Amino acid sequence: MDTPATYFHWGFILISVPNGALILGMIALFVTALLAPFPGHRRHHGSEEAPTDE
Amino acid sequence: MSERIDPELRGSWTFAIRRYLARQLPLEHLLPERQPAFVRSWTYVFGAITLAALTWVVVSGAVCAFFGPQWWHVSPQGRFFNSLHFWSTQVFFVFMVLHLWAQFFGAGWRDGRALTWVTGVLLFVLSIGTAFTGYLSQENFDSQWIGVNAKDAMNSVGIGAFFNVLNFGQMYGLHVLLLPGALLLFVVVHILLVRMRGVVRPLSERSER
Amino acid sequence: MRGSRRSVDQAAYYAGVRMVPYDLVKELVLALAGTAILVLVLAAVLSSPDVPPVTIQSWAQADPTGFERTAVQELQGQSTSAQYGPPYNHATGSVQSFGFIQPQEWAGVHLPVDPARDFVLQPLQTASAGNPQLASALARYRAASPGQRSSWLDAYAHALDKATVRNGQVVVPPGSYGPMAEMLSNLLTIARSGALDGQLRSSTRFYQTDFTRPLLFLGDGDYFAGLAQEQHLLGSQWGVMNETGSYPGQTWLWLYTMWYQIPPYNASSSADLLVILSMGVLTVALALVPFIPGLRDIPRWIPVHRLIWRGSDR
Repeated sequence: MDTPATYFHWGFILISVPNGALILGMIALFVTALLAPFPGHRRHHGSEEAPTDE
Repeated sequence: MSERIDPELRGSWTFAIRRYLARQLPLEHLLPERQPAFVRSWTYVFGAITLAALTWVVVSGAVCAFFGPQWWHVSPQGRFFNSLHFWSTQVFFVFMVLHLWAQFFGAGWRDGRALTWVTGVLLFVLSIGTAFTGYLSQENFDSQWIGVNAKDAMNSVGIGAFFNVLNFGQMYGLHVLLLPGALLLFVVVHILLVRMRGVVRPLSERSER
Repeated sequence: MRGSRRSVDQAAYYAGVRMVPYDLVKELVLALAGTAILVLVLAAVLSSPDVPPVTIQSWAQADPTGFERTAVQELQGQSTSAQYGPPYNHATGSVQSFGFIQPQEWAGVHLPVDPARDFVLQPLQTASAGNPQLASALARYRAASPGQRSSWLDAYAHALDKATVRNGQVVVPPGSYGPMAEMLSNLLTIARSGALDGQLRSSTRFYQTDFTRPLLFLGDGDYFAGLAQEQHLLGSQWGVMNETGSYPGQTWLWLYTMWYQIPPYNASSSADLLVILSMGVLTVALALVPFIPGLRDIPRWIPVHRLIWRGSDR
């Protein structure tokens, strides 16, 4: 890990492999969190969540 | 106020504060055992993970602070705790930013929650400052280079003599005491604000901001 | 209505919403356990970046000619530090401004640094105790006129271009340098021995935690910046978000460091000030998103929220 990282260069963008991996990992985590089903309670497709106080 | 107050207690600061807290932050709001059914996305756990990572940042940092700057360079145990401090900071920032993204895309500031958002941004800024002084306190080549470059930025806005990034003693004090103190204070405020108001309702169901 | 009463009254706010069991404390404990395992594994497997600091000693040993060249520039008043300006001195070389906004000038000189005296002459004065040759060279330098000094310094600076290094000492071809060769070879000797590191740090106090002077001196030389360039740490290399070795850096500063790569910032001599002003405005805007029409509506237009709350608004 102490050897200098590899860097990618596109136009004005210069980014190291570890930084790039970290940012891509964050995006992947965010997308996963959006798409993965949440455990715990089952979904009820009823009307109990419909707003009624408008 | 329709509620009746004992006339003898009018003007009592203690009573006023207790009444305010009891109304704003009853225990069932502070530690609710139920959440609205719409709370069923993994994006809700980013805040808790951020808080957990911050806990390890503080614990590993406290151990490093106890043994002092030489320790984390020369002893294997010190190197290990330095590494814990480094990686818990990385995890902390990763999940803080994911939490920020989730709150932004859910417009978490709606329905009287603007102050929660503002304190969150303040926490982000404080975290950057705390991390920055931490990088300056490492006592390695990275700190030297960051200091020599950052001094130009600090000097350009006129604060370089008062916030001297080349002064290890000053940066270390800020990093281990004053900035984390401020950070933890606002973490408490942020979490209390979240608990006082509860999570915001889904964005699509109402038109109000 | 957006009264504070209503937002406080959670029961009213959640009217019509089904409340389901949700264990916040268990969530936090699991998060604590999960992050503990994650950081323990990362720390055990990957360790952390810790490239040893550069010292005046390691600089003088690795690049003796560059070290002497920097010392000559300090005496000539041509180094970055010598020409810096506030807060170190009254020069103007590194003073940044944006129109009438000149906070660096306004703040004034509060950390006085005289590079010729502090980095070169004072340490030599200390070293001259018990070294009559150096003492007389210093006396000759001090007695000389400014014109004489600068002609010696210019001649020596040119000679350094043709210098060779023998046994760690810089050897220059013969020339009319006055006392310069004597002074600089002595400075190099005390630097190589590590004594100069101690002198630059300690000044007149015993305890000390301020590294302003040795770091300014290091920063004036090319050796230090060369090491940083190898590690992609220069400002022009997005260096603010980079880390030594193969570790992730301060990626959260990506936007701050991006400005330094693009016009008009990258061509400006006041880039730091411009970037900080820009980031200040953007940070305030981020904090005030809830109040800024347009900005606060972006989440409405980008339907990520439909994924967060999918199924809940049917």
